[in-house]
Amino acid sequence: MTKKIGDKAILQDVTLQVPTGGFVAVLGPNGAGKTTLLKILSLLLPPSAGQVKIAGRPAEAADPSLRRQIGVISHSTLLYSHLSAAENLYFYGRLYDVGNLPLRIESVLEEVGLRYYFHDPVRTFSRGMQQRLAIARAILHEPALLFFDEPYTGLDQHAIEILNGVLRRLRDERRTIFLITHNFEQGLDLADRVVILRRGRVVFNEETASLRGADFKKLYLQKVEG
Amino acid sequence: MFWRKVGVLVWKDLLLEFRSKQMISSMLIFSFLVIVIFAFAFNPVQRTTQEVLPGIIWVAFTFAGVLGLNRAFAVERDNDCLLGLMLAPVDRTAIYVAKVTSNFIFTGLTEIVSFPLFLVFFNYHLQASLGWLVLTIFLGTLGFVAVGTFLAALASNTRMSEILLPLMVFPVMVPVLIAAVEATSTLMSGGQWQAVASWLRLLGVYDIIFLAVAYVLFDYCLEV
Repeated sequence: MTKKIGDKAILQDVTLQVPTGGFVAVLGPNGAGKTTLLKILSLLLPPSAGQVKIAGRPAEAADPSLRRQIGVISHSTLLYSHLSAAENLYFYGRLYDVGNLPLRIESVLEEVGLRYYFHDPVRTFSRGMQQRLAIARAILHEPALLFFDEPYTGLDQHAIEILNGVLRRLRDERRTIFLITHNFEQGLDLADRVVILRRGRVVFNEETASLRGADFKKLYLQKVEG
Repeated sequence: MFWRKVGVLVWKDLLLEFRSKQMISSMLIFSFLVIVIFAFAFNPVQRTTQEVLPGIIWVAFTFAGVLGLNRAFAVERDNDCLLGLMLAPVDRTAIYVAKVTSNFIFTGLTEIVSFPLFLVFFNYHLQASLGWLVLTIFLGTLGFVAVGTFLAALASNTRMSEILLPLMVFPVMVPVLIAAVEATSTLMSGGQWQAVASWLRLLGVYDIIFLAVAYVLFDYCLEV
């Protein structure tokens, strides 16, 4: 697919195929088109040319059943500051028709370590706590397809461990995951495939099994410097 | 399903406003200021004042309403919450219907509080049939909110949304304002419903047309 804004191509002839349960780390320098790719794949933006297929079905943004299968962590938390943690999750849970919602809210808050902040307004949370709550929001409806856009931003070491725990659980449950990150180590450690974008094009697309940390850093620099 | 989602979205808007009290307080304060300033500027016992009062009332309602409309999408821009709504399995027109409903509730509450204050401060003896007056205010407010919510969503994508919104809303609102002020004026001076029937029909038709147009175009408006 291709995405153009005006005459400028943000993504050019990008072709990716990810099997169900695949974990793809998307790397690339700033401005490479990673977030645009995520927005197109999560059905927020239509491509200018080409098509997105999810589970073999052409993805239509207007199809609510398909959007119910998608969870997104973006740069922003997508949370209402004046509502409490539980109220935010309750609101999103009702939008996604989550069954047994009170129990599910308790469960996800426990998983991200915010069980004791159930009734606290989000505006009183630190950046890291808000990001953890954003993770809880994204996994609340147990989506089959997850997009994480720089999820490590603003997280302390404890929160990074929590996020990695969530990512491992989701990977073990065979959910399909796209992780956009600048952190090679995390990407290589968790993903089974690495994609490098440069100026809107895929310049590298390989399984992680054959890649080693130190070598990969050199390879990455070669790829992004052209 | 559609209306249940609308209900959830309205519940969220009401809860947010109950917590922050940003929108309703600014709308009420603005209305109160208009009442006080005009009450001092004009002599309430003069006939001219009684004649211009319906216009002053609608100035207060619509300008206070614009303050509310500006906030309606500003709360969704904080933390990119609008993105969260667009990602959710919700028909995007449900977002529009919910916003129209919440804005109508907030504007209606402001009107319920400020209208009696107008009558008191301007020493006005209401001769109108209350039912027809309420219907006029209902239709006028619905038209204002239907157009205003759509344009507020459009303006919220710009950096100067608070300046841009009134500039876009009021030209489009001219038919509603003329019809609402004329009908209110006739009813408040003791006119019967037959005298305002044509104005009410105009308000009704305007409401239907603009609700339908905004309903159809709202999806594209969010993509801008």
